Amino acid sequence: MVAINPPTPQPAAKPAPAHSQRIVVDRRSSPQIADTPTVFDCENVEVYYGAFRAVRGVSLAIHAHQITAFIGPSGCGKTTVLRSLNRMHDVIPGARVAGRVSYHGIDLYAPEVSATEVRRRIGMVFQKPNPFPKSIYDNIAFGPRVNGIRDKARLDAIVEKSLRAAALWDEVKDRLKHSALGMSGGQQQRLCIARTIAVEPEVVLMDEPCSALDPIATARIEELMRELKSRFTIVIVTHNMQQAARVSDRTAFFTTELDSRNDRRTGTLVEYDVTSKIFSAPSDERTENYITGRFG
Amino acid sequence: MTTAPGFQESTATRRRNDLRARPSWRTVKNHGMTGLMAAAVVAVAIPLVAVLWSVIERGAAVAFRGFPDFFTATIPVVSRLPGPGMGPAILGTLLVTGGATVIAVPVGILGAVYLHEYGGNNQLARLVRFMATVMTGVPSVVMGLFVYLIWTLTFGYSAFGGALALACLMLPVVIGATEQMLKLVPSQLREAAYALGTTKSRTILTVVLPAALPGIVSGALLAIARAAGETAPLLFAVGAAHAYNRHLFSEANTALSVQIFANANSSFTAAQDRAWAAALTLVLLTFVVTLVARMFTARLALKR
Repeated sequence: MVAINPPTPQPAAKPAPAHSQRIVVDRRSSPQIADTPTVFDCENVEVYYGAFRAVRGVSLAIHAHQITAFIGPSGCGKTTVLRSLNRMHDVIPGARVAGRVSYHGIDLYAPEVSATEVRRRIGMVFQKPNPFPKSIYDNIAFGPRVNGIRDKARLDAIVEKSLRAAALWDEVKDRLKHSALGMSGGQQQRLCIARTIAVEPEVVLMDEPCSALDPIATARIEELMRELKSRFTIVIVTHNMQQAARVSDRTAFFTTELDSRNDRRTGTLVEYDVTSKIFSAPSDERTENYITGRFG
Repeated sequence: MTTAPGFQESTATRRRNDLRARPSWRTVKNHGMTGLMAAAVVAVAIPLVAVLWSVIERGAAVAFRGFPDFFTATIPVVSRLPGPGMGPAILGTLLVTGGATVIAVPVGILGAVYLHEYGGNNQLARLVRFMATVMTGVPSVVMGLFVYLIWTLTFGYSAFGGALALACLMLPVVIGATEQMLKLVPSQLREAAYALGTTKSRTILTVVLPAALPGIVSGALLAIARAAGETAPLLFAVGAAHAYNRHLFSEANTALSVQIFANANSSFTAAQDRAWAAALTLVLLTFVVTLVARMFTARLALKR
């Protein structure tokens, strides 16, 4: 690579309207999209809360070792779809997933599949940092202990490795026995990421992981996501289009529309493509309107 | 400050720039309410301090004369004679209340875990919750009679009978307090544990219960303190004794509350003095148990 970023050749697409603000895609994160194998295959996924259909018609494939971003206005079902990928809806009474979510070809919702096993392989980081009211060490060691690791030396090694991977080790190595609740919000969220990767999942789902953080903490988490991409497949829900443009390889745009069956708004997938395409030449007018700030 | 010539500062401007407090109906109300609150605090403190003071004033002399005789000697059989002894009643109270705690606290906590984590709002949970509420309203005498019928008539007087009666009284309190505390545990913590591949039972044991522990301990302590002072059910179930009985399951026993009741009813000054001293002992015992439990939970808390 040359030291100076060469100007990227402009595609000969139709010129952007004068009032629209194009979001510049950071090409360092995705020089080009490798066609890695798919991890998830969603086919016509629908999620119900009781009788209410929250999301309908979601079909997309999530690729290994890439960052896939779900964007869209509030209530469009991006978090709902994310939670259907590791069966987090099981714990909400009345929630139900229809359609097919397959993980390496296996139907996640098949009766013989254990939700506990699914969640061990597919971890999740939540919107609000939610460390356990335990020590920093015990937070990280929680998952490995649940999975049967008792050996102190092994646990120590896992804790250090996970904290290093989450770029937190140097900040907390002298107070591992202190409560995790005494950390700052950004540190807590990185702790939650460290806790998630301590069980060596294959996929890390992130539900608006930066929405409670300031820009500096956000930048650190985004940096972290780029680093973790080589080890994990990451799916991130974000309200922040710039964030999706900065970190993701592929972007799915969701929106809400009126459900003809009951006159309530329901979420649906509009467009799913390579991030640079979504932000430069979306094929759907609704995507175009959203990313140029005309609604949402 | 100088004013530009010809510029007249209006009354409105002056009022706007005057930030000193003005007496108004709002400030009067504010002061009045603060005063009412202070009065309420005093009103609450008066009976508390008065009870504590009278117990210490009248009980301390007898309780601490020839220390620790009063806490170890047996109870005089002839209550007219002055002299120490509440040892057997202290042991009895420990046996009865301890037994009740061992029965009611685990059952109550497990029951509350079922109600909140598994039952939710189903028929069984609603029924149990309703019965627990009703049980809190049952007079302790009725619990004593109940235990008298199902236990004492068959097996005779024993500390265990008293423990059963007190456990029945403590159970709804423990269930209620624990369920409230479980409600306060944020669902995000449960989700965090589930997202790491933790089973529900393990999540409850390792995340939910530890998070709720301080509150559960408070609830249990309240129930224990209340039970330790109960007299009526023990009259039926425990019987009366003047000598040490360290057996939980056999023979009549006694308890501090029972001794307070019996001695305070006596017409002899010596017995009345012993009642006051026994009351002081009970207060001290409750105080020590609370202190120990608090220190225990404080040790579990982490450094920030």
